[in-house]
Amino acid sequence: MKQTPLPQTQTQTQTQAQRQRLLALTPCERLEEGWAELALPVTHRCVRGPETGMAMVRGRMGGTGNAFNLGEMTLSRASVTLDDGAALGHGWVAGRDHRHAELIALVDACAHRPEWAERIDAELMAPLARELDAAREQASRTAAATRVDFFTMVRSE
Amino acid sequence: MYVAVKGGEQAIANAHRWLADRRRGDRERDALSVAQLAEQMNLAVDRVMAEASLYDPELAALALKQASGDLVEAVFLLRAYRTTLPRLAETVALDTGAMRLERRVSATYKDVPGGQVLGPTYDYTHRLLDFLQLADGEVPEPARAEQALEACPPILEQLDAEGLIERETDDGAEPYDITRDPPDFPVDRATRLQMLARGDEGYLLALGYSTQRGYGRNHPFAGEIRIGTLEVEIAVEECEAPVCIGEIALSECQMINQFAGSRDRAPQFTRGYGLAFGRNERKTMAMALVDRALRAEELGEPVQGPAQQPEFVLAHADSVEASGFVSHLKLPHYVDFQSELELLRRLRSAHGQPDGAEDSRETVDDGGKKKEPAVEQDTNESEQVSP
Repeated sequence: MKQTPLPQTQTQTQTQAQRQRLLALTPCERLEEGWAELALPVTHRCVRGPETGMAMVRGRMGGTGNAFNLGEMTLSRASVTLDDGAALGHGWVAGRDHRHAELIALVDACAHRPEWAERIDAELMAPLARELDAAREQASRTAAATRVDFFTMVRSE
Repeated sequence: MYVAVKGGEQAIANAHRWLADRRRGDRERDALSVAQLAEQMNLAVDRVMAEASLYDPELAALALKQASGDLVEAVFLLRAYRTTLPRLAETVALDTGAMRLERRVSATYKDVPGGQVLGPTYDYTHRLLDFLQLADGEVPEPARAEQALEACPPILEQLDAEGLIERETDDGAEPYDITRDPPDFPVDRATRLQMLARGDEGYLLALGYSTQRGYGRNHPFAGEIRIGTLEVEIAVEECEAPVCIGEIALSECQMINQFAGSRDRAPQFTRGYGLAFGRNERKTMAMALVDRALRAEELGEPVQGPAQQPEFVLAHADSVEASGFVSHLKLPHYVDFQSELELLRRLRSAHGQPDGAEDSRETVDDGGKKKEPAVEQDTNESEQVSP
Protein backbone atom coordinates (compact mmCIF):
# COMPACT_ATOMS: atom_id res chain seq x y z
CA MET A 1 0.00 0.00 0.00
CA LYS A 2 1.23 3.49 0.72
CA GLN A 3 4.81 2.99 1.81
CA THR A 4 7.38 5.69 1.88
CA PRO A 5 10.68 4.32 0.59
CA LEU A 6 13.49 4.04 3.12
CA PRO A 7 15.78 7.06 3.02
CA GLN A 8 18.85 4.97 2.25
CA THR A 9 21.29 7.87 2.23
CA GLN A 10 20.73 9.01 5.81
CA THR A 11 20.24 5.85 7.77
CA GLN A 12 19.33 2.23 7.40
CA THR A 13 16.79 2.39 10.19
CA GLN A 14 13.15 3.21 9.64
CA THR A 15 11.77 6.69 9.91
CA GLN A 16 9.43 7.83 12.67
CA ALA A 17 6.51 7.86 10.25
CA GLN A 18 7.23 4.32 9.03
CA ARG A 19 7.34 2.91 12.56
CA GLN A 20 4.30 4.91 13.59
CA ARG A 21 2.33 3.48 10.66
CA LEU A 22 3.19 -0.12 11.34
CA LEU A 23 2.60 0.18 15.08
CA ALA A 24 -0.77 1.85 14.53
CA LEU A 25 -1.80 -0.97 12.19
CA THR A 26 -0.76 -3.62 14.74
CA PRO A 27 -3.30 -4.74 17.35
CA CYS A 28 -2.37 -3.44 20.79
CA GLU A 29 -2.05 -6.90 22.38
CA ARG A 30 0.44 -7.95 19.73
CA LEU A 31 2.44 -4.77 20.24
CA GLU A 32 2.43 -5.27 24.00
CA GLU A 33 3.82 -8.77 23.49
CA GLY A 34 6.52 -7.62 21.06
CA TRP A 35 7.52 -4.78 23.35
CA ALA A 36 7.85 -7.15 26.30
CA GLU A 37 10.07 -9.50 24.28
CA LEU A 38 12.34 -6.61 23.35
CA ALA A 39 12.92 -6.00 27.08
CA LEU A 40 14.61 -2.64 26.74
CA PRO A 41 15.83 -1.43 30.14
CA VAL A 42 13.83 1.76 30.19
CA THR A 43 11.36 3.64 32.29
CA HIS A 44 9.28 6.50 31.00
CA ARG A 45 6.61 8.99 31.91
CA CYS A 46 3.87 10.59 29.87
CA VAL A 47 4.28 14.30 29.17
CA ARG A 48 1.08 14.60 27.12
CA GLY A 49 -1.91 12.34 27.44
CA PRO A 50 -2.56 9.58 26.77
CA GLU A 51 -5.77 11.24 25.66
CA THR A 52 -8.62 10.57 23.28
CA GLY A 53 -10.18 12.97 20.85
CA MET A 54 -11.25 12.90 17.24
CA ALA A 55 -9.85 13.40 13.77
CA MET A 56 -12.11 14.77 11.05
CA VAL A 57 -11.89 12.37 8.14
CA ARG A 58 -11.85 14.07 4.77
CA GLY A 59 -12.98 12.53 1.53
CA ARG A 60 -12.73 13.89 -1.99
CA MET A 61 -15.61 14.64 -4.35
CA GLY A 62 -15.61 11.95 -6.99
CA GLY A 63 -12.56 10.39 -5.33
CA THR A 64 -10.12 12.92 -6.77
CA GLY A 65 -11.76 16.33 -6.42
CA ASN A 66 -12.01 18.91 -3.67
CA ALA A 67 -12.00 17.73 -0.09
CA PHE A 68 -15.17 17.44 1.98
CA ASN A 69 -15.69 16.48 5.60
CA LEU A 70 -16.92 12.90 5.73
CA GLY A 71 -17.20 12.49 9.49
CA GLU A 72 -14.99 12.03 12.50
CA MET A 73 -13.12 9.08 13.95
CA THR A 74 -11.83 8.53 17.44
CA LEU A 75 -8.10 9.07 17.87
CA SER A 76 -5.78 8.66 20.84
CA ARG A 77 -2.39 10.23 21.28
CA ALA A 78 0.43 10.21 23.77
CA SER A 79 3.84 11.76 24.21
CA VAL A 80 6.39 10.22 26.54
CA THR A 81 9.86 11.04 27.75
CA LEU A 82 12.42 8.51 28.88
CA ASP A 83 13.48 8.93 32.48
CA ASP A 84 17.19 8.67 31.78
CA GLY A 85 17.35 11.27 29.05
CA ALA A 86 15.59 13.97 27.12
CA ALA A 87 14.38 11.73 24.29
CA LEU A 88 10.77 12.50 23.52
CA GLY A 89 8.46 10.12 21.69
CA HIS A 90 5.00 10.54 20.18
CA GLY A 91 2.25 8.13 19.25
CA TRP A 92 -1.13 8.38 17.55
CA VAL A 93 -3.63 5.62 16.96
CA ALA A 94 -7.22 5.30 15.79
CA GLY A 95 -9.62 4.40 18.56
CA ARG A 96 -9.65 4.94 22.30
CA ASP A 97 -6.85 2.65 23.49
CA HIS A 98 -4.59 4.83 25.61
CA ARG A 99 -2.08 2.05 26.17
CA HIS A 100 -1.69 1.58 22.42
CA ALA A 101 -0.87 5.28 21.91
CA GLU A 102 1.53 5.20 24.86
CA LEU A 103 3.37 2.14 23.54
CA ILE A 104 3.81 3.72 20.12
CA ALA A 105 5.20 6.85 21.77
CA LEU A 106 7.50 4.72 23.90
CA VAL A 107 8.92 2.87 20.90
CA ASP A 108 9.37 6.20 19.14
CA ALA A 109 11.29 7.62 22.11
CA CYS A 110 13.54 4.56 22.36
CA ALA A 111 14.26 4.68 18.64
CA HIS A 112 16.14 7.94 19.17
CA ARG A 113 19.06 5.85 20.41
CA PRO A 114 20.78 4.39 17.34
CA GLU A 115 21.66 1.07 19.04
CA TRP A 116 18.08 0.61 20.21
CA ALA A 117 16.68 1.71 16.87
CA GLU A 118 18.48 -1.17 15.18
CA ARG A 119 17.11 -3.68 17.65
CA ILE A 120 13.60 -2.23 17.40
CA ASP A 121 13.65 -2.47 13.63
CA ALA A 122 15.08 -5.96 13.52
CA GLU A 123 13.28 -7.58 16.43
CA LEU A 124 9.98 -5.71 16.57
CA MET A 125 9.22 -3.92 13.32
CA ALA A 126 10.40 -6.64 10.96
CA PRO A 127 8.16 -9.41 12.34
CA LEU A 128 5.21 -6.99 12.63
CA ALA A 129 5.66 -5.99 8.99
CA ARG A 130 5.71 -9.65 7.95
CA GLU A 131 2.56 -10.38 9.95
CA LEU A 132 0.74 -7.39 8.48
CA ASP A 133 1.73 -8.43 4.96
CA ALA A 134 0.59 -11.98 5.60
CA ALA A 135 -2.79 -10.87 7.00
CA ARG A 136 -3.31 -8.55 4.06
CA GLU A 137 -2.30 -11.19 1.56
CA GLN A 138 -4.81 -13.55 3.14
CA ALA A 139 -7.58 -10.92 2.97
CA SER A 140 -6.74 -10.15 -0.62
CA ARG A 141 -6.85 -13.82 -1.60
CA THR A 142 -10.26 -14.12 0.06
CA ALA A 143 -11.50 -11.23 -2.05
CA ALA A 144 -9.86 -12.68 -5.16
CA ALA A 145 -11.87 -15.88 -4.68
CA THR A 146 -15.01 -13.81 -5.31
CA ARG A 147 -13.74 -12.37 -8.57
CA VAL A 148 -16.09 -13.17 -11.45
CA ASP A 149 -14.82 -15.24 -14.36
CA PHE A 150 -17.05 -14.42 -17.29
CA PHE A 151 -17.68 -16.95 -20.00
CA THR A 152 -19.84 -16.66 -23.06
CA MET A 153 -22.54 -19.15 -23.98
CA VAL A 154 -22.40 -19.88 -27.68
CA ARG A 155 -25.57 -21.23 -29.25
CA SER A 156 -24.87 -23.82 -31.91
CA GLU A 157 -27.68 -24.76 -34.22
CA MET B 1 -51.30 32.16 32.69
CA TYR B 2 -48.19 30.00 32.59
CA VAL B 3 -47.55 27.43 35.28
CA ALA B 4 -44.48 25.23 35.38
CA VAL B 5 -45.43 21.74 36.43
CA LYS B 6 -42.96 19.38 38.02
CA GLY B 7 -43.25 15.73 38.89
CA GLY B 8 -42.84 12.19 37.66
CA GLU B 9 -39.34 11.67 39.03
CA GLN B 10 -40.14 8.31 40.53
CA ALA B 11 -42.12 7.25 37.46
CA ILE B 12 -39.18 8.13 35.20
CA ALA B 13 -36.70 6.27 37.39
CA ASN B 14 -38.90 3.18 37.40
CA ALA B 15 -39.52 3.43 33.66
CA HIS B 16 -35.76 3.42 33.03
CA ARG B 17 -35.29 0.53 35.41
CA TRP B 18 -37.93 -1.43 33.52
CA LEU B 19 -36.27 -0.47 30.24
CA ALA B 20 -32.97 -1.95 31.47
CA ASP B 21 -34.80 -5.11 32.47
CA ARG B 22 -36.54 -5.35 29.11
CA ARG B 23 -33.24 -4.81 27.31
CA ARG B 24 -31.60 -7.59 29.26
CA GLY B 25 -34.50 -9.97 28.70
CA ASP B 26 -34.58 -13.49 30.12
CA ARG B 27 -31.69 -13.82 32.60
CA GLU B 28 -31.46 -17.51 31.76
CA ARG B 29 -30.01 -16.56 28.38
CA ASP B 30 -26.51 -15.20 27.82
CA ALA B 31 -26.29 -11.44 27.60
CA LEU B 32 -25.07 -10.09 24.25
CA SER B 33 -21.56 -8.75 24.46
CA VAL B 34 -20.54 -5.56 22.70
CA ALA B 35 -17.79 -7.50 20.94
CA GLN B 36 -20.37 -9.97 19.60
CA LEU B 37 -22.48 -7.13 18.28
CA ALA B 38 -19.49 -5.42 16.68
CA GLU B 39 -18.71 -8.61 14.78
CA GLN B 40 -22.02 -10.29 14.15
CA MET B 41 -24.19 -7.20 13.66
CA ASN B 42 -21.46 -5.40 11.76
CA LEU B 43 -23.70 -3.84 9.13
CA ALA B 44 -25.91 -2.30 11.81
CA VAL B 45 -22.76 -1.04 13.55
CA ASP B 46 -21.55 0.47 10.28
CA ARG B 47 -24.83 2.23 9.70
CA VAL B 48 -24.75 3.69 13.20
CA MET B 49 -21.19 4.96 12.66
CA ALA B 50 -22.05 6.53 9.31
CA GLU B 51 -25.15 8.32 10.51
CA ALA B 52 -23.66 9.33 13.85
CA SER B 53 -20.70 10.66 11.85
CA LEU B 54 -18.21 9.02 14.21
CA TYR B 55 -16.06 6.04 13.27
CA ASP B 56 -15.58 3.79 16.29
CA PRO B 57 -16.97 0.26 15.90
CA GLU B 58 -16.84 -0.56 19.60
CA LEU B 59 -18.77 2.55 20.62
CA ALA B 60 -21.29 2.05 17.83
CA ALA B 61 -21.85 -1.52 19.02
CA LEU B 62 -22.27 -0.26 22.57
CA ALA B 63 -24.81 2.29 21.38
CA LEU B 64 -26.65 -0.45 19.52
CA LYS B 65 -26.76 -2.62 22.62
CA GLN B 66 -27.85 0.24 24.84
CA ALA B 67 -30.59 1.18 22.36
CA SER B 68 -31.87 -2.42 22.22
CA GLY B 69 -31.20 -2.41 18.48
CA ASP B 70 -33.08 0.82 17.73
CA LEU B 71 -30.77 2.26 15.06
CA VAL B 72 -32.04 5.83 15.25
CA GLU B 73 -31.63 5.82 19.04
CA ALA B 74 -28.15 4.32 18.69
CA VAL B 75 -27.18 7.04 16.21
CA PHE B 76 -28.42 9.63 18.71
CA LEU B 77 -26.35 8.10 21.53
CA LEU B 78 -23.16 8.03 19.49
CA ARG B 79 -23.74 11.53 18.12
CA ALA B 80 -24.20 12.79 21.66
CA TYR B 81 -20.97 11.11 22.80
CA ARG B 82 -19.16 12.72 19.88
CA THR B 83 -19.82 16.15 21.35
CA THR B 84 -17.75 15.27 24.43
CA LEU B 85 -14.52 14.74 22.49
CA PRO B 86 -12.07 17.41 21.36
CA ARG B 87 -11.02 17.64 17.73
CA LEU B 88 -7.33 16.77 17.58
CA ALA B 89 -6.69 16.66 13.85
CA GLU B 90 -7.99 16.66 10.30
CA THR B 91 -6.96 13.77 8.12
CA VAL B 92 -5.18 14.00 4.81
CA ALA B 93 -7.99 13.75 2.23
CA LEU B 94 -8.59 10.07 1.47
CA ASP B 95 -7.28 8.49 -1.68
CA THR B 96 -10.00 5.89 -2.26
CA GLY B 97 -8.03 4.54 -5.22
CA ALA B 98 -5.59 3.09 -2.66
CA MET B 99 -8.31 1.18 -0.82
CA ARG B 100 -7.56 -2.44 0.06
CA LEU B 101 -10.60 -3.83 -1.67
CA GLU B 102 -12.95 -6.54 -0.56
CA ARG B 103 -15.59 -5.64 -3.13
CA ARG B 104 -15.44 -3.80 -6.42
CA VAL B 105 -18.06 -3.96 -9.12
CA SER B 106 -18.94 -1.92 -12.15
CA ALA B 107 -22.22 -1.88 -14.05
CA THR B 108 -20.66 -0.08 -17.01
CA TYR B 109 -17.80 -2.35 -18.07
CA LYS B 110 -17.66 -6.11 -17.91
CA ASP B 111 -13.92 -6.36 -18.27
CA VAL B 112 -12.12 -3.93 -16.04
CA PRO B 113 -8.53 -4.11 -14.82
CA GLY B 114 -8.67 -6.14 -11.62
CA GLY B 115 -12.04 -7.61 -12.56
CA GLN B 116 -15.44 -7.67 -10.92
CA VAL B 117 -14.92 -8.64 -7.29
CA LEU B 118 -18.12 -9.51 -5.42
CA GLY B 119 -16.87 -9.59 -1.84
CA PRO B 120 -19.14 -10.67 1.02
CA THR B 121 -22.40 -9.55 -0.62
CA TYR B 122 -26.08 -10.27 -0.12
CA ASP B 123 -26.55 -9.84 -3.87
CA TYR B 124 -27.50 -13.08 -5.64
CA THR B 125 -28.75 -14.67 -2.42
CA HIS B 126 -32.29 -15.93 -2.89
CA ARG B 127 -33.66 -14.06 0.08
CA LEU B 128 -34.98 -17.28 1.51
CA LEU B 129 -34.82 -17.57 5.25
CA ASP B 130 -31.92 -19.77 6.19
CA PHE B 131 -33.14 -22.11 8.91
CA LEU B 132 -29.60 -23.28 9.58
CA GLN B 133 -29.12 -19.90 11.26
CA LEU B 134 -31.90 -20.88 13.62
CA ALA B 135 -30.07 -24.08 14.43
CA ASP B 136 -26.65 -22.41 14.74
CA GLY B 137 -25.15 -24.47 11.96
CA GLU B 138 -21.41 -24.64 11.40
CA VAL B 139 -20.03 -21.97 9.09
CA PRO B 140 -17.15 -22.94 6.78
CA GLU B 141 -14.09 -20.74 6.31
CA PRO B 142 -14.22 -18.47 3.25
CA ALA B 143 -12.63 -19.70 0.03
CA ARG B 144 -9.23 -18.28 -0.83
CA ALA B 145 -7.73 -17.88 -4.25
CA GLU B 146 -4.16 -18.88 -5.01
CA GLN B 147 -3.28 -15.35 -5.97
CA ALA B 148 -4.00 -12.03 -4.33
CA LEU B 149 -6.18 -9.47 -6.11
CA GLU B 150 -4.70 -7.67 -9.05
CA ALA B 151 -4.53 -3.90 -8.92
CA CYS B 152 -8.00 -2.38 -9.32
CA PRO B 153 -7.54 1.20 -10.53
CA PRO B 154 -10.58 3.47 -10.25
CA ILE B 155 -12.78 2.78 -13.26
CA LEU B 156 -13.90 6.34 -13.95
CA GLU B 157 -10.28 7.28 -14.62
CA GLN B 158 -10.57 5.32 -17.88
CA LEU B 159 -13.38 7.56 -19.07
CA ASP B 160 -11.65 10.52 -17.56
CA ALA B 161 -8.57 9.89 -19.69
CA GLU B 162 -10.72 10.24 -22.77
CA GLY B 163 -12.42 13.38 -21.48
CA LEU B 164 -15.80 11.68 -21.64
CA ILE B 165 -16.66 12.48 -18.05
CA GLU B 166 -16.33 15.66 -16.09
CA ARG B 167 -13.00 15.79 -14.32
CA GLU B 168 -12.80 16.05 -10.56
CA THR B 169 -9.73 18.01 -9.56
CA ASP B 170 -8.63 19.46 -6.25
CA ASP B 171 -8.13 23.22 -6.21
CA GLY B 172 -7.13 23.06 -2.56
CA ALA B 173 -10.32 24.68 -1.27
CA GLU B 174 -10.83 24.23 2.47
CA PRO B 175 -14.16 22.44 2.99
CA TYR B 176 -16.96 23.96 5.06
CA ASP B 177 -17.60 22.06 8.27
CA ILE B 178 -21.20 21.88 9.49
CA THR B 179 -20.05 20.72 12.91
CA ARG B 180 -18.32 24.07 13.40
CA ASP B 181 -20.74 26.44 11.68
CA PRO B 182 -24.38 25.65 10.98
CA PRO B 183 -25.17 25.32 7.27
CA ASP B 184 -26.45 28.48 5.64
CA PHE B 185 -28.44 27.78 2.49
CA PRO B 186 -27.61 27.71 -0.35
CA VAL B 187 -24.64 25.49 0.48
CA ASP B 188 -21.76 24.28 -1.68
CA ARG B 189 -21.20 20.69 -2.75
CA ALA B 190 -18.67 19.92 0.01
CA THR B 191 -21.26 20.90 2.59
CA ARG B 192 -23.95 18.88 0.83
CA LEU B 193 -21.74 15.80 0.80
CA GLN B 194 -20.99 16.16 4.50
CA MET B 195 -24.71 16.39 5.25
CA LEU B 196 -25.59 13.49 2.97
CA ALA B 197 -22.84 11.30 4.46
CA ARG B 198 -24.52 11.53 7.87
CA GLY B 199 -28.04 11.50 6.45
CA ASP B 200 -30.55 8.79 7.29
CA GLU B 201 -30.22 5.87 4.89
CA GLY B 202 -33.94 5.25 4.52
CA TYR B 203 -34.57 8.88 3.70
CA LEU B 204 -31.78 9.05 1.12
CA LEU B 205 -32.91 5.75 -0.35
CA ALA B 206 -36.44 7.07 -0.84
CA LEU B 207 -35.21 10.30 -2.41
CA GLY B 208 -32.76 8.45 -4.66
CA TYR B 209 -35.59 6.17 -5.71
CA SER B 210 -37.79 9.16 -6.49
CA THR B 211 -35.20 10.47 -8.95
CA GLN B 212 -35.26 7.13 -10.76
CA ARG B 213 -39.05 7.19 -10.97
CA GLY B 214 -39.04 10.54 -12.70
CA TYR B 215 -39.00 13.19 -9.97
CA GLY B 216 -35.79 14.80 -11.13
CA ARG B 217 -33.80 14.10 -14.22
CA ASN B 218 -31.36 11.35 -13.44
CA HIS B 219 -30.27 8.52 -15.65
CA PRO B 220 -27.40 6.87 -13.86
CA PHE B 221 -25.13 3.89 -14.21
CA ALA B 222 -23.24 2.54 -11.25
CA GLY B 223 -19.82 3.24 -12.73
CA GLU B 224 -18.02 1.74 -9.78
CA ILE B 225 -18.74 0.56 -6.27
CA ARG B 226 -15.74 0.02 -4.01
CA ILE B 227 -15.80 -1.37 -0.50
CA GLY B 228 -12.70 -2.01 1.55
CA THR B 229 -10.28 -0.57 4.06
CA LEU B 230 -8.04 2.42 3.75
CA GLU B 231 -5.17 3.77 5.82
CA VAL B 232 -5.82 7.17 7.34
CA GLU B 233 -3.12 9.78 7.79
CA ILE B 234 -2.96 12.99 9.77
CA ALA B 235 -0.48 15.83 9.58
CA VAL B 236 1.18 16.54 12.92
CA GLU B 237 3.73 19.05 14.13
CA GLU B 238 5.94 16.40 15.70
CA CYS B 239 6.66 14.58 12.47
CA GLU B 240 7.62 15.87 9.05
CA ALA B 241 5.64 13.33 7.05
CA PRO B 242 1.93 12.73 7.64
CA VAL B 243 1.50 9.83 10.07
CA CYS B 244 -0.79 6.84 9.57
CA ILE B 245 -3.09 6.32 12.57
CA GLY B 246 -4.80 3.13 11.42
CA GLU B 247 -7.33 1.83 8.95
CA ILE B 248 -11.03 2.42 8.46
CA ALA B 249 -13.60 0.57 6.38
CA LEU B 250 -15.30 2.60 3.66
CA SER B 251 -17.86 2.28 0.90
CA GLU B 252 -17.78 4.40 -2.22
CA CYS B 253 -20.13 4.74 -5.18
CA GLN B 254 -19.40 6.60 -8.40
CA MET B 255 -22.53 7.14 -10.45
CA ILE B 256 -22.21 8.10 -14.11
CA ASN B 257 -25.07 10.29 -15.26
CA GLN B 258 -26.21 11.81 -18.49
CA PHE B 259 -24.56 14.60 -20.22
CA ALA B 260 -23.90 18.23 -19.68
CA GLY B 261 -22.14 20.54 -22.09
CA SER B 262 -22.17 24.02 -23.50
CA ARG B 263 -21.11 25.98 -26.54
CA ASP B 264 -17.54 25.97 -25.21
CA ARG B 265 -17.50 22.48 -23.77
CA ALA B 266 -18.30 19.24 -25.56
CA PRO B 267 -20.90 17.12 -23.81
CA GLN B 268 -19.58 14.94 -21.02
CA PHE B 269 -20.98 12.43 -18.58
CA THR B 270 -21.63 13.95 -15.17
CA ARG B 271 -20.99 12.43 -11.77
CA GLY B 272 -22.81 11.68 -8.56
CA TYR B 273 -20.70 10.64 -5.60
CA GLY B 274 -21.37 8.63 -2.47
CA LEU B 275 -18.95 7.85 0.35
CA ALA B 276 -19.65 6.46 3.79
CA PHE B 277 -17.96 4.85 6.78
CA GLY B 278 -18.17 1.08 6.93
CA ARG B 279 -19.96 -1.31 4.62
CA ASN B 280 -22.81 0.89 3.50
CA GLU B 281 -23.32 0.13 -0.16
CA ARG B 282 -27.02 0.97 -0.40
CA LYS B 283 -26.42 4.21 1.45
CA THR B 284 -23.61 5.30 -0.87
CA MET B 285 -25.67 4.46 -3.97
CA ALA B 286 -28.58 6.53 -2.66
CA MET B 287 -26.19 9.31 -1.66
CA ALA B 288 -24.68 9.39 -5.16
CA LEU B 289 -28.14 9.67 -6.73
CA VAL B 290 -29.12 12.49 -4.41
CA ASP B 291 -25.75 14.26 -4.78
CA ARG B 292 -26.28 14.30 -8.55
CA ALA B 293 -29.90 15.43 -8.25
CA LEU B 294 -28.80 18.33 -6.04
CA ARG B 295 -26.44 19.50 -8.76
CA ALA B 296 -29.40 20.35 -11.01
CA GLU B 297 -29.03 24.09 -10.68
CA GLU B 298 -25.25 23.99 -11.18
CA LEU B 299 -25.71 21.97 -14.38
CA GLY B 300 -28.53 24.14 -15.70
CA GLU B 301 -31.27 21.54 -15.37
CA PRO B 302 -34.89 22.32 -14.50
CA VAL B 303 -35.65 21.70 -10.81
CA GLN B 304 -38.73 19.52 -10.90
CA GLY B 305 -38.48 16.96 -8.13
CA PRO B 306 -38.11 17.13 -4.34
CA ALA B 307 -34.68 15.45 -4.53
CA GLN B 308 -33.37 18.41 -6.52
CA GLN B 309 -34.20 20.95 -3.82
CA PRO B 310 -31.14 21.34 -1.59
CA GLU B 311 -32.77 23.00 1.37
CA PHE B 312 -35.65 20.54 1.47
CA VAL B 313 -33.37 17.51 1.09
CA LEU B 314 -30.58 18.55 3.42
CA ALA B 315 -32.57 20.17 6.20
CA HIS B 316 -34.51 16.95 6.72
CA ALA B 317 -31.82 14.31 6.19
CA ASP B 318 -30.47 14.06 9.72
CA SER B 319 -32.27 11.41 11.75
CA VAL B 320 -31.17 12.92 15.06
CA GLU B 321 -32.72 16.28 14.21
CA ALA B 322 -35.79 14.74 12.61
CA SER B 323 -36.55 12.34 15.42
CA GLY B 324 -35.90 15.07 17.95
CA PHE B 325 -38.48 17.37 16.50
CA VAL B 326 -41.04 14.68 15.81
CA SER B 327 -40.54 13.23 19.29
CA HIS B 328 -41.02 16.56 21.00
CA LEU B 329 -44.71 16.24 20.15
CA LYS B 330 -45.09 13.72 22.95
CA LEU B 331 -43.84 16.15 25.56
CA PRO B 332 -46.54 17.93 27.59
CA HIS B 333 -48.45 20.50 25.56
CA TYR B 334 -51.18 20.87 28.17
CA VAL B 335 -51.46 24.67 28.07
CA ASP B 336 -51.19 24.81 24.32
CA PHE B 337 -53.92 22.28 23.92
CA GLN B 338 -56.15 24.06 26.46
CA SER B 339 -56.02 27.23 24.38
CA GLU B 340 -57.07 25.34 21.26
CA LEU B 341 -59.87 23.64 23.16
CA GLU B 342 -61.12 27.01 24.33
CA LEU B 343 -61.01 28.36 20.80
CA LEU B 344 -62.85 25.36 19.43
CA ARG B 345 -65.57 25.69 22.07
CA ARG B 346 -66.11 29.34 21.17
CA LEU B 347 -66.27 28.49 17.47
CA ARG B 348 -68.80 25.79 18.13
CA SER B 349 -71.02 27.96 20.33
CA ALA B 350 -70.96 30.71 17.68
CA HIS B 351 -71.78 28.18 15.00
CA GLY B 352 -75.34 27.54 16.25
CA GLN B 353 -76.22 31.26 16.73
CA PRO B 354 -78.66 33.04 14.39
CA ASP B 355 -76.96 35.45 11.89
CA GLY B 356 -73.78 33.69 12.92
CA ALA B 357 -72.16 33.66 9.50
CA GLU B 358 -70.43 37.00 9.92
CA ASP B 359 -69.91 36.61 13.67
CA SER B 360 -68.25 33.28 13.36
CA ARG B 361 -65.90 34.58 10.69
CA GLU B 362 -64.87 37.29 13.13
CA THR B 363 -64.32 34.71 15.79
CA VAL B 364 -62.07 32.75 13.47
CA ASP B 365 -60.07 35.90 12.81
CA ASP B 366 -59.74 36.50 16.53
CA GLY B 367 -58.65 32.94 16.98
CA GLY B 368 -56.06 33.35 14.26
CA LYS B 369 -54.54 36.23 16.16
CA LYS B 370 -54.67 34.40 19.43
CA LYS B 371 -52.69 31.58 17.88
CA GLU B 372 -49.45 33.52 18.10
CA PRO B 373 -49.17 33.68 21.89
CA ALA B 374 -50.19 30.04 21.92
CA VAL B 375 -47.16 29.16 19.82
CA GLU B 376 -44.97 31.06 22.22
CA GLN B 377 -46.46 29.14 25.10
CA ASP B 378 -45.67 25.93 23.29
CA THR B 379 -42.02 26.86 23.09
CA ASN B 380 -41.85 27.81 26.74
CA GLU B 381 -43.52 24.65 27.78
CA SER B 382 -41.28 22.46 25.67
CA GLU B 383 -38.20 24.07 27.11
CA GLN B 384 -39.55 23.60 30.57
CA VAL B 385 -40.04 19.88 30.14
CA SER B 386 -37.53 18.68 27.60
CA PRO B 387 -34.15 17.51 28.90
